Amino acid sequence: MNMIQAINSAMDVMMDRDPAVVVMGEDVGYFGGVFRATAGLQEKYGKTRVFDTPITECGIIGVAIGMGAYGLRPVPEIQFADYIYPALDQLVSEAARLRYRSAGEFIAPLTVRSPFGGGIFGGQTHSQSPEGIFTHVSGLKTVIPATPYDAKGLLISCIEDNDPVIFFEPKRIYNGPFSGHYDAPARNWSNHPGGEVPTGYYRIPLGKAAVTRQGAAVTILTYGTMVHVVAQTVEETGIDAEIIDLRTLMPLDIDTILESVKKTGRCMIVHEATRTQGFGAELSAVVQERCFYHLEAPIERVTGFDTPYPHSLEWAYFPGPVRIRLALEKILKD
Amino acid sequence: MPVDAKRANLPPLSLHVPEPQFRPGDEVDFSDVAVPPAGEQPRPDTAADPGTFHELAYTLVRVLDEDGNAVGPWNPRLDADTLRTMLRNMALVRAFDERMFRAQRQGKTSFYMKCTGEEAVSVAATSALAADDMCFPSYRQQGILITRGYPLIEMMNQIYSNKGDKLQGKQLPIMYSARDHGFFSISGNLTTQFPQAVGWAMASAAKGDTRISATWCGEGSTAEGDFHSALTFATVYKAPVILNVVNNQWAISSFSGFAGAEATTFAARAIGYGIAGLRVDGNDPLAVYAATQWAAERARTNQGPTLIEHFTYRAEGHSTSDDPSAYRSAQEWSSWPLGDPIKRLKDHLIGLGEWDEDRQAAQDQELAEMVRKTQKDAEKNGILGHGMHQKFETMFEGVYEEMPWHLKEQMQQMLDEDDAAGHPGPKR
Ligand SMILES: Cc1ncc(C[n+]2csc(CCOP(=O)(O)OP(=O)(O)O)c2C)c(N)n1
Repeated sequence: MNMIQAINSAMDVMMDRDPAVVVMGEDVGYFGGVFRATAGLQEKYGKTRVFDTPITECGIIGVAIGMGAYGLRPVPEIQFADYIYPALDQLVSEAARLRYRSAGEFIAPLTVRSPFGGGIFGGQTHSQSPEGIFTHVSGLKTVIPATPYDAKGLLISCIEDNDPVIFFEPKRIYNGPFSGHYDAPARNWSNHPGGEVPTGYYRIPLGKAAVTRQGAAVTILTYGTMVHVVAQTVEETGIDAEIIDLRTLMPLDIDTILESVKKTGRCMIVHEATRTQGFGAELSAVVQERCFYHLEAPIERVTGFDTPYPHSLEWAYFPGPVRIRLALEKILKD
Repeated sequence: MPVDAKRANLPPLSLHVPEPQFRPGDEVDFSDVAVPPAGEQPRPDTAADPGTFHELAYTLVRVLDEDGNAVGPWNPRLDADTLRTMLRNMALVRAFDERMFRAQRQGKTSFYMKCTGEEAVSVAATSALAADDMCFPSYRQQGILITRGYPLIEMMNQIYSNKGDKLQGKQLPIMYSARDHGFFSISGNLTTQFPQAVGWAMASAAKGDTRISATWCGEGSTAEGDFHSALTFATVYKAPVILNVVNNQWAISSFSGFAGAEATTFAARAIGYGIAGLRVDGNDPLAVYAATQWAAERARTNQGPTLIEHFTYRAEGHSTSDDPSAYRSAQEWSSWPLGDPIKRLKDHLIGLGEWDEDRQAAQDQELAEMVRKTQKDAEKNGILGHGMHQKFETMFEGVYEEMPWHLKEQMQQMLDEDDAAGHPGPKR
């Protein structure tokens, strides 16, 4: 399966298992979503469980919260993460706080799915990586898969979770892993182990990272599309890096991170999102606080630049193989 | 280009900034507030086409006339017991407000908000709903809880954030939550409850349930984007929801003109969405009851949502943090042409021979005494400022269903601080 099919399969499995699961969003119903993630679901489960919505993100999330309060388990889609901002108030002030402010009387068991990230010539408003906004909000969980297998298992866990989850889907790797070499021929998931996806029910627990490459020289913390770009660069440079795909940013798998950094003594953080106050800053702080005496070099952050996401200069902006290689050389210098 | 260089032949534009009619010290004259005679407004079939509500969105549905008689097609013809219960609940809301306002002034809590003059908007509306219909209120509908028999002591415990507070001191006073009483958790962020109420109603419809939802916001809050989203969703899916706009003329210091009231009514907002819209005398408990009953029937028969504007007046300050004499004339409430909802229902019952001034006085006394006694009981659980009443650990509970490691770590830090400070909080 590719990642779209895996995500579709997760929703299919959950809708079949649990009549409380409903899917909603712009173009998700009859048409099956602009990325086809919900294709076939309306036909299978009917219009009252899979439905198109008006174009109002604050409405989509607000309505989903009300449905959650009723006892449903909504899976709203925000067409692009770049368009989640109109819903911020409902997410930050309502979904994230509902359990807390009602001392558990009401909960918001939503899973907000949204394609995110760049690498597709999406320009300013189809490329953003706003995860750092959500990891900052107590009460929200933030999950980002890097393979079809993980996407399905994580999404099922999110839908079953009783807390509101932001599930960001790296759309650059919907159809295949991305090496970072934008001029190389596109790959698909069929030759990647992460593309083998069971058709039935399985879960990947939230809050658990995956060590996707064992290594001794440096720990690289990353997620989403960058897991693959990092893997390619590590292979090309021959550096014995340990790559950790965080999978869940909040709550963070601190144990896996610390164990690795204490072993390697070096830590690099890679994400597409802009640098200043990006999630990398939190990762860096956490590692610095807890591994200070194990660190042999300053922690490196390889990120997008602090600019809006450009269109024509995308590949100068994107934290690709060159930026990663230079950072690796720097961190391994002494 | 210099400002006046090129187009000096055109008249200059001017910006209109609304200004209320009266400011502090002004003589108040509300004679231009259109108050149509009671009983003259048509009562359409509850299945009527939303396109036919033009007149009802601009007039005022009124039942009680100047002499306290119930007249016209909207008269809900309630029996005397129901009327007396409504009167009692409204009076209890007022007694409760008085007492809690005073408690705030005495420093027993940080904050309070009264709904004086607006008691009908919550009490009469709730009386017309089924007990299991879901309410998504703003902070000024304490009458819902009181009508549904929520224990006063629970409300007070919440206001005091004391050890009896079911919300564990997590919420600002009056931001109640009472799931068992069909009362959704109140948020500080205005109008967020509007799309939520629509979503609840959609869920109920999708599940083939029979329950409906109702929500309330102030006229100032209608300017929020959530209001538009909610109305769009409500009309698109014909959601079984009642959307109440409490037009009490003021949003803190801003008069209703800043929400668009100079140009049109709030009920008229419904027209553009294809929603049935009613504009109701919000100080006429029978009109509020009848409109809610009508809208509930419409919702329950899958005819879709109704927007009700309750035309009323915020008789007191916005909150205990507000001094209305700084922005409006003190005469406004006494001059308000629609009077006081409690007095109007009382006069009606007296006119029916079902009540009298002595009973009213006795009831007022009884209610005041009951509230006072309950307050004493609540204060046994503590008041705000007399130490911290919640176990410190509760601060970290309920952020997530299960506490993640970083919160456990921060909780430990706090417990260490508690040790270092000599345990000011309750025993763990
Ligand atoms: C999103 C948001 N903006 C601003 C505020 C601050 N605020 C609290 S109440 C209020 C006025 C609301 O007026 P209205 O909707 O007319 O209701 P009323 O207080 O008259 O019942 C404001 C501006 C808030 N709580 N939430």
